[in-house]
Amino acid sequence: MSSLYEQLGGQPAVDAAVDIFYRKVLSDDRISDFFEGVDMDRQIGKQKAFLTMAFGGPHNYTGQDMRNGHAHLVARGLNDSHFDAVAENLSATLQELGVTQDLIDQVMAIAGSTRNDVLGR
Amino acid sequence: MAVLTYGGAAYEAAPGETVLEALLRQGVEVANSCRAGACQSCLLRAACGTVPPVAQKGLKATLVEQGYFLSCVCRVESDLALEPAGGLEMQGRIVGLERLTETVLRVQLETAAPLEYRAGQYVTLCREDGLARSYSLASLPGDGTLELHVRRAPQGRMSGWLFDEARADDAVHLRGPAGDCFYVGGAAEQPLLLAGTGTGLAPLVGICRDAIAQEHSGPIRLFHGAVRPAGLYLREELAALARETANFTYTPVVLEGGEGEGIATGALDKVIAGAHPKLGGWRGFICGDPGTVGVLRKKLFLAGMASREIFADAFVEAPR
Ligand SMILES: Cc1cc2nc3c(=O)[nH]c(=O)nc-3n(C[C@H](O)[C@H](O)[C@H](O)COP(=O)(O)OP(=O)(O)OC[C@H]3O[C@@H](n4cnc5c(N)ncnc54)[C@H](O)[C@@H]3O)c2cc1C
Ligand code: HEM
Ligand code: FES
Repeated sequence: MSSLYEQLGGQPAVDAAVDIFYRKVLSDDRISDFFEGVDMDRQIGKQKAFLTMAFGGPHNYTGQDMRNGHAHLVARGLNDSHFDAVAENLSATLQELGVTQDLIDQVMAIAGSTRNDVLGR
Repeated sequence: MAVLTYGGAAYEAAPGETVLEALLRQGVEVANSCRAGACQSCLLRAACGTVPPVAQKGLKATLVEQGYFLSCVCRVESDLALEPAGGLEMQGRIVGLERLTETVLRVQLETAAPLEYRAGQYVTLCREDGLARSYSLASLPGDGTLELHVRRAPQGRMSGWLFDEARADDAVHLRGPAGDCFYVGGAAEQPLLLAGTGTGLAPLVGICRDAIAQEHSGPIRLFHGAVRPAGLYLREELAALARETANFTYTPVVLEGGEGEGIATGALDKVIAGAHPKLGGWRGFICGDPGTVGVLRKKLFLAGMASREIFADAFVEAPR
């Protein structure tokens, strides 16, 4: 049985998803402020890291890294409603790419498992 | 604490400090401008030791192999033996200086040997005393001379010198070219959008002419923004190019004072969105001041342009 990441299509799938996902996030008034960066290349790189992780792909992030990485956002008010908005955009991105519901559910489970770390609880 | 050796002496780099900061702090003169990894003025070579990959981002593979790196974004933990990048400089001289407007100067240069470049790339112009600034190339290699468009920056050192003191025949040095904001053939039918403000027009003109010379057949849409009509330049030339090239259009855009002059009025991004609301499948080139480049980049992306199809050069200036 191949891994979730392989079933989704690996690195090329991340590349295909990143523009769609980042465009949704930037257009979503609920959360776009968190993602305004002058350097779009850098932001795209970070979104790829996010997607790779959510797709169950290879990464070296620990729960503590997720805490540290989002701490400055929590200080700016990041809460459950923002987390839900990101999750919604992620799910919509996968639907747009024609990913099956079974795989989407698995991705959402991985993303959901990081909630407490991302929100610093 | 890392030790940097340079010009026969040893210097310390404190943790978190960049190589450029460490050298300047200890009285070593190193050319620099943007201090943000954008202009390549601060190029140095590590003859010995390793530099982090971020410090070599955007450098040509041949330079990376030889150990060249950008000292303003290079934080080191281990010792480095450094050399100046002087060996890469090419002797050149100013052959023409022409005011296109109050605040835009056309500078023409000749080099001892022909420079190999793509229209839209930039060169680092080095004055005899070592002051170094980057300028984009508006010319094509076949033109013979290199052409730059320089905006007069208030109390700017290099631009002030070029406007007020430089004369034809003055010697300068050039380094480069660098940058990936240029036309590549292979997708002749792809629609192209080029947008910029001020002297951001320089690379865009080069890229348009290059695309036309390479027989690009898809639409080529050039938008040039300025605050007022007086800030626009090359209008006649670009309007003439549009008359003789069926797939090329030129739209000058101002924020105010353009009524009845064949100029669009409004914010550059709004005018573009009005003309081209959907940009899926397009390729974009954006140049000029960093604020405008950031906004346009995001707007084009949100209008559907793929992130890898957007080529941009932000004219990042030296911090004051
Ligand atoms: C990749 C790249 C390409 C570029 N291409 C071009 C180009 O094609 N055309 C172009 O015109 N520029 C271009 N630039 C910008 C250019 O490199 C220089 O930064 C610019 O010309 C200013 O240099 P300067 O020495 O005249 O100003 P500096 O002396 O470096 O001053 C920097 C800034 O501080 C301001 N300043 C300094 N002192 C004072 C003071 N006392 N009071 C008020 N303001 C002050 C200046 O007005 C200027 O805005 C490019 C930059 C990059 C990174
Ligand atoms: C769904 C669970 C989430 C996961 C798994 C996740 C994962 C990641 C990862 C891996 C990075 C890159 C870190 C780096 O390498 O620097 C990152 C960065 C980032 N995340 Fe998240 N994230 C999640 C939720 C969120 C939410 C809800 C927001 C805000 C609404 C958010 C905003 C950001 C921002 C703005 C960055 C870039 C930070 C910076 O520029 O330094 N993330 N995230
Ligand atoms: S790239 Fe280092 S000073 Fe501009």
